[in-house]
Amino acid sequence: METGNNLSESEVILDIQDLCKDFGNLKVLKNITEQIHKGEKVVIIGPSGSGKSTFLRCLNCMEDPTSGAIYFDGVDLTDMRVNINTHRRHIGMVFQSFNLFNNKTVLKNITLAPELVANEVLRRQKWHNRLLPLTNLFRKTKQTKIPITTTKKQIRQDVEANARRLLSRIGLEEKADAYPSTLSGGQKQRIAIIRALAMNPKVILFDEPTSALDPEMVGEVLDLIRQVAETGMTMVIVTHEMGFAKEIATRVLFMDGGTVLEQGTPDELFSNPRSDRLKEFLSKVLV
Amino acid sequence: MQTQIQPKTKGKPGFLRKHWMDILVILVVAFLLFLLFRSIYFRFNFQKKWDTFYYHFVTNNGYRRLLTGMRNTGIIASLGFLIGLFIGTVIALIKVIPPYRKITRYAQKVCNLYVAFFRGTPIVVQLLVGYYIILPLIGVSMTPLASCVTIFGLNSGAYVSEIMRGGIQSVDSGQLEAARALGLSFPTSMIRIVIPQAVKNILPTLGNEIITLVKETAIVGYVGAVDITKFFQDHAANSYEYMVPYLIMALIYIVIVAVIAALVRLMERRLQNGNRK
Ligand SMILES: Nc1ncnc2c1ncn2[C@@H]1O[C@H](COP(=O)(O)OP(=O)(O)OP(=O)(O)O)[C@@H](O)[C@H]1O
Ligand SMILES: [Mg+2]
Repeated sequence: METGNNLSESEVILDIQDLCKDFGNLKVLKNITEQIHKGEKVVIIGPSGSGKSTFLRCLNCMEDPTSGAIYFDGVDLTDMRVNINTHRRHIGMVFQSFNLFNNKTVLKNITLAPELVANEVLRRQKWHNRLLPLTNLFRKTKQTKIPITTTKKQIRQDVEANARRLLSRIGLEEKADAYPSTLSGGQKQRIAIIRALAMNPKVILFDEPTSALDPEMVGEVLDLIRQVAETGMTMVIVTHEMGFAKEIATRVLFMDGGTVLEQGTPDELFSNPRSDRLKEFLSKVLV
Repeated sequence: MQTQIQPKTKGKPGFLRKHWMDILVILVVAFLLFLLFRSIYFRFNFQKKWDTFYYHFVTNNGYRRLLTGMRNTGIIASLGFLIGLFIGTVIALIKVIPPYRKITRYAQKVCNLYVAFFRGTPIVVQLLVGYYIILPLIGVSMTPLASCVTIFGLNSGAYVSEIMRGGIQSVDSGQLEAARALGLSFPTSMIRIVIPQAVKNILPTLGNEIITLVKETAIVGYVGAVDITKFFQDHAANSYEYMVPYLIMALIYIVIVAVIAALVRLMERRLQNGNRK
């Protein structure tokens, strides 16, 4: 199919090689090899306990894989020498239970990480410049100072402006100074999504983003995910919403017993399931 | 409409009928107390006791030394608590690091030993050992006050670490996950997200720790520091009059503890409001 042709050409964002994950004696993921390309919307479905969440959490090493490799931008994240934090900044994650920071206002929830990261970069540049006379003594080719174009205050203004812009995009700008405990589930999850967006990630991982929501709030969250998808964002979504999966996915993975048992476009998978396990699963979820 | 609802109680008769048991009990107790105090009063000459106390305390400027004693109690308890809070937080943090690396596991063993030592021995013993054995051995000279602050800080660090660890574990694990997923480091996530929430949860317990600390400072006289207790001990010994000074000493402690408890409650309410906004 046409998506298949596009895939092989476009850039691979996440390259998962032979991924295994054990919890003690329990083998949860068994030799998964998978590529996720730029702009893809990969939806993962499968019965409970099949390892969907574990797979997703391995992608940004929230769970350390037992063996295998995960290349993100050409860097193997499972390598313990890699500073995982710098890479996680480019991998957004949205949780089933929202996990907004309870001790921070909505605005702070969104700005916290971008501001810390920007300040860290600024600090590192400043120290680089300060130590330059010293470090240059030991260099053959002398380096020059990094031009510093921003200040802490400027950074704060920028991230706050960006956060407010994102908030107004979801129509919640008046909640900027509210605490998460005062928000509805749908509002919390939409803020969690823009919190991930505020980091300008290259890929966003969603773990059952609507499972903890009251039915009447599922729509608003799915709408936002749809909007984000339209911007071309690469996404990996674990969900039990089969209708949404059909609509948004460019590729669906069916996981069972720690492996990707079957995969393809939504049409292929939902209309012509090949394996018995998938048929059985679909007959249960598509009532 | 409103006039239809009349209060049914008609003043005193109702009150008496309702409370005659209580009133009886109060009267009996008051009578017994009266007998007790009467017998005490005739056995002791309180006027003389008070005069002796007053002479030493006011006329002889004893109160100045009391102020020093109160200041020292305050310094030891508050600085000790601050040090304890710092040490306790660090230990609690080390203890909740996932023990993947060897160095983490060693650090955790050291922390366990530390906590076991300071929780497993009486603080008087720690104070005496610290002041009369450790300090001379390592050749450091410290004033009694400074060594008391140090020992109390180290001691309360052990207790605070356990409290803090409980607090950290009471915070939903999703909070740390979300912070880590955003690319914040473990220490940053703990300091910015988890510990503030943990502290809020354990505020009453921390308040109790301060109160415990204030009460425990009563032993610093063992190494020659002058606190409230030491002052009144000396005062009593010098004037050969024990009853009034020790009574006042007890009252002072009660007032201090009550004030701290009230402050902690106030702070608790403040923090809770912060979340309800
Ligand atoms: N931290 C853990 N320690 C031990 N076992 C775990 C852990 N996390 C998950 N498991 C086990 O791994 C298996 C797969 O779990 P996982 O959460 O990935 O399933 P899932 O497909 O996401 O299921 P669900 O649809 O219910 O969310 C389950 O049997 C679970 O009990
Ligand atoms: Mg799951």
